[in-house]
Amino acid sequence: MDPKSRSVDPAAQQMLSLACEQGLQTAWDRYDDMQPQCGFGELGICCSVCYMGPCRIDPFGEGASVGICGADAHLIVARNMARAVAAGAAAHSDHGREVVEVLQMVAEKGGASGYQISDPAKLRRLAVEWGIVVDGRPEKDIIGDLAREMRSQFGSQDGPLRPTFRAPKRQKEQWEAIGIMPRGIDREIVELMHRTHHGVESDPIALLRASMRVALADGWGGSMIATDVSDVLFGGPQAIRSRANLGVLEEKKVNLLVHGHEPVLSEIIVRVSRDPEMLAAARDAGAEGINIAGICCTANEILMRQGMPVAGNYLHQELALLTGAVDLMVVDVQCVLPSLPQIAACRHTRVVSTSAKARIPGAEAVEFDPKNPFITAREIVKRAIDAYKRRDPARVNIPKESMELVAGFTTENLPTYMGGRFRSSYRPLNDAIAAGRIRGVVGIVGCNTTRFVQDEHHLALVRRLIAQDVLVVKTGCSAIASAKAGFMHPRTALEHVGPGLREVCETVGIPPVIHMGSCVDNSRILTACIAMVTEGGIGGDLSELPVAAVAPEAMSEKAITIGLYAVASGVFTVFMPIPKVAGSSVVRTYLEQDVEKETGGKFLFTNDVEVAAQGVMEHLAKKRKSLKLSPMLYESGAPAGDNAASRPAVAFEEPKGVTALGCGETQRRSQSRPPVE
Amino acid sequence: MSRIIATAAIRGAHACVARAEKMLSETEERHGRDKAIGFEATAYALPVTLALLGKRVMRLGDLDEVLQEIRRWLPPIPDSDIWLPYLGGALDAGAATLIAHETVEALKPLNGHDLVYDYWLGPTADGILREQGIKLVDGRMPGFAACVGALPDDETAERLARDLQEKNILVFMGSNTNGETMAGQLHRRGVDMNWETFLVPYGPDTSSIIHALGFACRAAMTFGGLHPGGLKEARDILMYNKRRVFAFVLALGDVDDEKYATAAGAINFGFPVIADTDIPQILPTGICTYEHVVSNVPYKEMPSRAIEVRGLKITSLDIPIPVRHGPAFEGERVRKEDLAIEFGSKYTRAYEYLKSRRMDEVEDERIRVIGPEIGDVKEAAQLPLAIFVEVAGRKMQVDFESILERHIHSFLSEPMGVMHLGQRDTVWLRISKKARDAGFRIEHLGVMLLHKLKNDFPAIVDKVQVTLFTNKEDVDQLYDEAVAAYRRRDERMGAMTDESVDVFYSCALCQSYAPNHVCIITPQRLGLCGAYNWLDGKAAHEINPHGGNQPVAKKELLDPVKGKWKGINEFLEVATNGQFQSFSAYSMIDDPMTSCGCFECVACVLPGTGGIMVVDREYRGNTPVGMNFSSLAEITGGGQQTPGFVGIGTLYVLSKKFITGDGGLPRLVWTTTNIKQRLGEKLRQRCAEMGLPDLFDKIADETVCTDLEPLIEHLAAVNHPALGMGEMI
Repeated sequence: MDPKSRSVDPAAQQMLSLACEQGLQTAWDRYDDMQPQCGFGELGICCSVCYMGPCRIDPFGEGASVGICGADAHLIVARNMARAVAAGAAAHSDHGREVVEVLQMVAEKGGASGYQISDPAKLRRLAVEWGIVVDGRPEKDIIGDLAREMRSQFGSQDGPLRPTFRAPKRQKEQWEAIGIMPRGIDREIVELMHRTHHGVESDPIALLRASMRVALADGWGGSMIATDVSDVLFGGPQAIRSRANLGVLEEKKVNLLVHGHEPVLSEIIVRVSRDPEMLAAARDAGAEGINIAGICCTANEILMRQGMPVAGNYLHQELALLTGAVDLMVVDVQCVLPSLPQIAACRHTRVVSTSAKARIPGAEAVEFDPKNPFITAREIVKRAIDAYKRRDPARVNIPKESMELVAGFTTENLPTYMGGRFRSSYRPLNDAIAAGRIRGVVGIVGCNTTRFVQDEHHLALVRRLIAQDVLVVKTGCSAIASAKAGFMHPRTALEHVGPGLREVCETVGIPPVIHMGSCVDNSRILTACIAMVTEGGIGGDLSELPVAAVAPEAMSEKAITIGLYAVASGVFTVFMPIPKVAGSSVVRTYLEQDVEKETGGKFLFTNDVEVAAQGVMEHLAKKRKSLKLSPMLYESGAPAGDNAASRPAVAFEEPKGVTALGCGETQRRSQSRPPVE
Repeated sequence: MSRIIATAAIRGAHACVARAEKMLSETEERHGRDKAIGFEATAYALPVTLALLGKRVMRLGDLDEVLQEIRRWLPPIPDSDIWLPYLGGALDAGAATLIAHETVEALKPLNGHDLVYDYWLGPTADGILREQGIKLVDGRMPGFAACVGALPDDETAERLARDLQEKNILVFMGSNTNGETMAGQLHRRGVDMNWETFLVPYGPDTSSIIHALGFACRAAMTFGGLHPGGLKEARDILMYNKRRVFAFVLALGDVDDEKYATAAGAINFGFPVIADTDIPQILPTGICTYEHVVSNVPYKEMPSRAIEVRGLKITSLDIPIPVRHGPAFEGERVRKEDLAIEFGSKYTRAYEYLKSRRMDEVEDERIRVIGPEIGDVKEAAQLPLAIFVEVAGRKMQVDFESILERHIHSFLSEPMGVMHLGQRDTVWLRISKKARDAGFRIEHLGVMLLHKLKNDFPAIVDKVQVTLFTNKEDVDQLYDEAVAAYRRRDERMGAMTDESVDVFYSCALCQSYAPNHVCIITPQRLGLCGAYNWLDGKAAHEINPHGGNQPVAKKELLDPVKGKWKGINEFLEVATNGQFQSFSAYSMIDDPMTSCGCFECVACVLPGTGGIMVVDREYRGNTPVGMNFSSLAEITGGGQQTPGFVGIGTLYVLSKKFITGDGGLPRLVWTTTNIKQRLGEKLRQRCAEMGLPDLFDKIADETVCTDLEPLIEHLAAVNHPALGMGEMI
């Protein structure tokens, strides 16, 4: 096993070497064990919807061309994809509902102790947007009305979904034209699941359009509501400094990792960890303090609002436990590996599950009660302190890598950073795009996947794009990948930036790669695009803007849902790896070509990061040309070297692998052993 | 790299705010919190503070809250390694600096430091602002330059000033470079510095440059009709400046933290910074229309670079005369000791006479001097002069003669070193030694007229021929014809009434500054700026059919007393986007005309007298309604209809249609001595015509009283007719 073939992150490489040395299994090992993966599944042409099945279509045309019910490859691929989209939308939207319920409790007497409104200005702004009377009313009433109104969006039977009022006119017209203007979020998901049931919808294109409707209900519904309400409850983020990578774990402190997605508990844990009583308990246990760090999107939530350090992205979750320095990992929902308790069992680490929706065999369950969040949070912090006492310093291996970063950008604060309190606007950004300083804005988002070397595609794309004067906005695990590699460090990242973008970054004082939050916060990218349209001059609707989206290392069903709502909203979207659609020419042709006529957006499916980068550049060129924007000020840009793809932005020290961790010859030999055939 | 600028600006802002705080607490200790504070002759308190915070600072204590607020705007100094976004913070710091500067300037007089001394002019009065505003409106002044610091030597300073003057850019000067000031340098070179010459020295401290921004803020509030209030209003005022006031900062010499901070404040207005030193540049656009900071610009290129960076539109006219020329040189006086040659005044006969001819009677571009030239006579000689201009054009009309002739004054004032006063046969013209030494001859007066007439009136002037007579015989010979023409024109104008024409002219020349306002000019009511009468409107429409002056058909007469016509009302509704449906030409009570900001006078109802007063913008004192001109103007201007208040041109008082809908001239109970002097005999005549020969002397002025009670007593004592006419409202 060459750790470099698994991750470009030196910290991950060290931990992978350690795992190998100690015979511990990680996702990568399980990925290897899984090879070869099912070819039918990969092409999306295996159907297990009904109990006559499973059926599979022969991609070479020699065997069955239809399933037992008569469904062909196109229907099967579309149906599988539709179900993935429904699951992804369900995940984001359930997250949204969760925070809305907390908001509602704030309004209700005696409920939700500990939660309060942290951003009253945004509350009022939202209330006005949602048509709620604000003048002269007590805040509690406004909150109550807003929460009820938002909550009703999930169960509503009628459309259109409220937050779509934010969409530019053209998008709404297009959605109406092909019948994908979303109604209530739950209704859309239910209807799509119904249509994928045995013997219902048999038109693959109709299914794909229905999937877009669900995806829109996510992007413009569940996700957008989740972002807005989280800002109201926990504060609209402001630009903030922090650090990322496993090196943020502290040898002399209680290390408590929060992992998952929802901010409702993690925010309280952060507050409790600053409680003098808890700090005293930690000191009594011999620790110098309590260090809360995050993994995955929970990390992004508390990074954006509290500046808490980030231990890593999706594929770091097991590696973090391998350091032996994590005393407790608390998890809620989404992207939590069921393998965590097994890895934790090899250390002193405790894994605590908190969601009633996500129990993990082998983990301790402390069910989170939003009515008494402090009780849950205190209990968890106490358990972490307890665990610290059992930490074995001899088994602690914390990689030293951690990179400084600046995060905390939002649709609301970006214009203020560009213009101050008086001249706050998107004009400087639009001007920079129109004048050819910035080629366009590309959202690079999404997960890690064992199919690709961890972070490699994220970093390759960032390097390629910022060198060509493309401003990159980021969320989720992709953002963490960039942060770890130094692309969110305002000074060092500039070394890799094209001259036009560099001028803008230096003028405003921002890094070339902008962290906008967790994966539900992709809605921030939507609203930022709306703001760019509103400011004017670079496109009259979302599909005319010189923007694109890329999910370079997609893993979860949420990723395809996000990709699809981007496409439905008019955005060119690159999705990697090819998401189980290769078995149907009809589905691919629709999603990669024909849909553009209906929504203005389309997919590019590829496994090749070079194709992805070129696709984005060509798309931006096309949009700039049709808008008749100025030619780029610096056309040559900064040269992107041949090895740019895998080169991290900042020269890390060369990882010394096992030697760095003090391992012996045995391990070196075991690593050089060829894989067993 | 702009982090260096942002860091310096933020650091500077902290220092400036701290200084203002210290100065305030010391001043409060000395004078108490109730001590009144403010700049002279303005209705806008501390104008920048008013614009940005919506707060009228009247007393020292008010500043406590102001300084507390701006301290909150100050961001921390950016980290040198992992910095957070600093542009927005630097702009906020700049805004805070401006308010701190204004505080310091306002506190200076209370601490024994006058703002006006030597050649320093201190803050600008509202009256001057309104007067200069017209120049901004009609394009005579494309923008202003705030010059911060000093040049390396006096000569360079003069050259820069002249370059800017030549482009008609208003020059504000403030601050210093190591104690040296640009104004000081110009003073040593003997350059005239005042509002007439477009060279305005504010003060030697960096804080004094705030008066330039106070001018900008007031331009938005005066001409733009913008009202200060909260953040949105402040933003509107700043955006007005970005879009309409073409100003920029010239950073001369070393730029210290305080200057950076001040510049950051100016950038909030969309005013870019052009520096002569090698400071970091900020090229991306967005806050300003083009680049924000451009550096290392050689002095020679500064004006042209600034024009490019600010996006000024300057149509400079290349006239082959050996001296610089432009409206900025209009205000220059040629003193006796600088005199090379002189015409007119009480010494000799001098007049100007413009005549329209048939196309074949004019030899285009022919300029003749008949009589002695400048080199033929001894220094400081006094000669007679007849400036005889013959023009021909397919669209030329006899009615336009007087309009073109009236422009001779401004055209001949423009060459540097030429002084022209008066009009018709009251001309007084001087040419300075400097101009003569540079090669300027009498002939060049003709060159100037030729080019300006053809350039400014291309649609009506096709051919121009100028003859300059400097010998007595010829001058005397032509004189009778000229005087006859003057008389004929006066009679024609006098005979022209609102009833005798079918169309009036709209005037929206100020709409770039006062977007809500439109004037209707009738033969008997000239524009409120005093600069445009009905014939001007007609000519202007002829010159540019799509311009600011449009003919408006009167159509059906709706109200002969108040002066309302169907066609006028229809036009008005369209022109004001439905905001107004009706105008009265002869009433200031019922649907009075709106006012922009550049009116010559305000007419205002005086309750309890049955009359009105007319106040001119030069008058700085109090009036019987308890307000000075500035405060009155604030109520009147901004394109609103305010019954009882109206902006008028001074000459309207003489019109036979002067507020006839409300009772006419007998309503006039109080005015200023300025106006009495200006209208003088004509007003007496007008009174006599109306059968009230003693009315003139019954009209009170500031020498009689400036309060309402004594005015009423005075009116009763002289038996003023207004008292018997009943209240107007």
